Amino acid sequence: MAKKESSFFNMVSTLFVVTLIAAGLLGSVYALTKEPIRLAELKKKNDAIKMVVPEFNNNASEEFYKVGIDGDSVSIYTATMDSVVVGVAVETFTNSGFSGLIKLMVGFAPDGTIIDVAVTKHAETPGLGDKMEIRKSDFHVQFQGKHPDDFKLMVVKDNGNVDAITASTISSRAYCEAVQRAYDAYISSQPKEN
Amino acid sequence: MEYVLIIIAAVFVSNIVLNQFLGICPFIGVSNKVETALGMTGAVTFVMVIATLVTYIIYQYVLVPLDLTYLRTITFILVIASLVQLVEIILKKISPPLYQALGIFLPLITTNCAVLGVAVLAVQQDFTLLGSTVFAIGNALGFGLALITFSGIREQLDMMNVPKGMKGVPIAFIVAGLMAMAFMGFAGLV
Amino acid sequence: MNQWNNFSKGILKENAVLVLFLGLCPTLGVTTSAVNGLGMGLATTFVLVMSNLVVSLVKNAIPDKVRIPAFIVIIAAFVTVVELVMKAYIPSLFDALGLFIPLIVVNCVVLGRAEAFASKNNVVSSIIDGLGMGVGFALALTVLGGVREILGSGSIFGLSFIEGDGMLLFILPPGAFLALGYLIVLANKLKEKTT
Repeated sequence: MAKKESSFFNMVSTLFVVTLIAAGLLGSVYALTKEPIRLAELKKKNDAIKMVVPEFNNNASEEFYKVGIDGDSVSIYTATMDSVVVGVAVETFTNSGFSGLIKLMVGFAPDGTIIDVAVTKHAETPGLGDKMEIRKSDFHVQFQGKHPDDFKLMVVKDNGNVDAITASTISSRAYCEAVQRAYDAYISSQPKEN
Repeated sequence: MEYVLIIIAAVFVSNIVLNQFLGICPFIGVSNKVETALGMTGAVTFVMVIATLVTYIIYQYVLVPLDLTYLRTITFILVIASLVQLVEIILKKISPPLYQALGIFLPLITTNCAVLGVAVLAVQQDFTLLGSTVFAIGNALGFGLALITFSGIREQLDMMNVPKGMKGVPIAFIVAGLMAMAFMGFAGLV
Repeated sequence: MNQWNNFSKGILKENAVLVLFLGLCPTLGVTTSAVNGLGMGLATTFVLVMSNLVVSLVKNAIPDKVRIPAFIVIIAAFVTVVELVMKAYIPSLFDALGLFIPLIVVNCVVLGRAEAFASKNNVVSSIIDGLGMGVGFALALTVLGGVREILGSGSIFGLSFIEGDGMLLFILPPGAFLALGYLIVLANKLKEKTT
C-alpha cells in the first residue's frame, strides 16, 4: 500500500477517523470499568470506616449524610449492627497541615466518645508528620476512648491534652483541628437533648 | 491574598520541577546555557498559561456536563498540541523577533509533561477559572526559576574538574538533587 | 537473531532512562518504592507495545503531515485504557502513581518509539521493540525504586528489614535526583564493559 498523500482532505479525514475510533474504544472501556471503579471507591471508603468503628453489618459507606461546617461540608457515615447504631464515622479534613490538605476518618460512639482516628489522605513529611498514619506510629492511640468534652483537642504546647508528634507540631495541630471539626459536625447533626 | 499564596506555593513550596518532577526533560536537556533556558521559560510560560485556561474551560463546561471526564487525557493533549501549532503560526505572523527567540522550543513543548501536568492538576484541585490561571502562572514562574538557576550553575560546572564518569548528565542530577534539598527549606511556608 | 537484537537493545545499550535520558519525569516522580516503580514500568510497557503495534499497522494510512497528532491520539487512547483499568482493579497503585498515569502520554519514550521505530518497521519487529524498551524502562524504574526504598525506608517490596526509619532523604525529592545520578554513572560503567 502506498503512503497516503498529505492533501488537506486526507489529513482532516484521517485525524477524524483516528479520533473517532479512539473515542469509541474508550467509551466501551469506560462502560466496562464504570461499575468496578465505583465498587473500588466504595470499598476504600468502607475500609476506612471499618478502621474507626466497631463491627457493623449495614452498608455504611452508602448510608451517609452531609453536614455543613466552616464553609465546607463533611460526610457522616452511620454504622449499625442489626439496626442498632454502633458508631458513626466522620470524614473530616483540614487545610492546615505542613503540606496542606489532610483527610481523616474519625469514629465516634453514639455518646460522642472517640473510638479511633485514621488518616485517609495526607502529604506530610516522611519520617516526621507522616507518623500520624496508624501503621507508622501510636500517635492515634491517645485519642481512643476520650470524650472531646473533657479531653482538650489541642497540643500540650497550646494548653491542650494531646502529645504532639516529635518535631511535627504543625502536623499535630492540624490533626487536632480536623478531629475537633469532626466532633463539632457530629454534635451539630444530633437532635438537641431536652 | 489567596492568589498570592497559590503563587508562592507553586514557585517555592511545591516547585514543579524540583518537587513535583514535571518538565524534567527540558530541565536536563536545555539547561546548558542561560540564554536557551530563558527562551524555553518564555515559551513554556506562554503555552502553559493559555493551555491551562483553555483546558479548564473545556473540562468544566463540556466534559463535566456531558459526563465525558474519562476523555480528559486525550482531549487535553489534543488541545495542547493544536495550541502549540497555533501559537507558532500566530507568533510567526505578528512578532517575528519573538518567533525567532521561542520558535525552536515550541515543538518540544507538546511533549513537555509540565504543561499537561499543570492542566490536569488545575482541574483536579477545584480552582476557579481565575485561580487556575494564577496557578498556571505560578507554576510557569517556578519552572523558570528552577531552569534558569540550574543553567547558571551548569555554565559554571563546565569549567570545573568533574570526575570522568560523572561528566555531563550524572553531575547535573547531583546538582539538581542539591537544589531540591535547598528548596525543601521552603516547606511549610504556606 | 535480529529480533533478539530489537528486544535487547532497549535493556541496556539504548536504555530509555539511563542512556537516552527519556521519560525522566515518571522515573523520578513515582520511584519512592520498588513496587511503584514496577507498576509504572509495566503500565508504560503496555502502552508502548500497544501503540507500537497500532502505529505499525496504520502507518501507511496516515498522511505524513498529521503523523504526530495521529500518533498522540493513539497513545492517549491506550493511556486512558490503563488509567480506567487500574482505577477499577488496583486502586491502591492508582493512588500511589496519581498524576503520572495520564502523563504517560507525554512520556517521550512512547512517542519516540512510535515515530522512530514503529512508523518504519513491520508489526512483529515493532511489538518486540516496544517490549524491549518497556522492559528496560521497567527495569530502570524498579531498580531506582528499590534503591530508594532500601536506603529511605529500610525495606524492599514492602518487606521491612530494619526498625524505625531509613535515610529519609532518599524518599524525599532530592534523593530521587541523587540516586538517579549515581545509577546513570553505574549504567555507563556497565555499558563500557559490554562494548
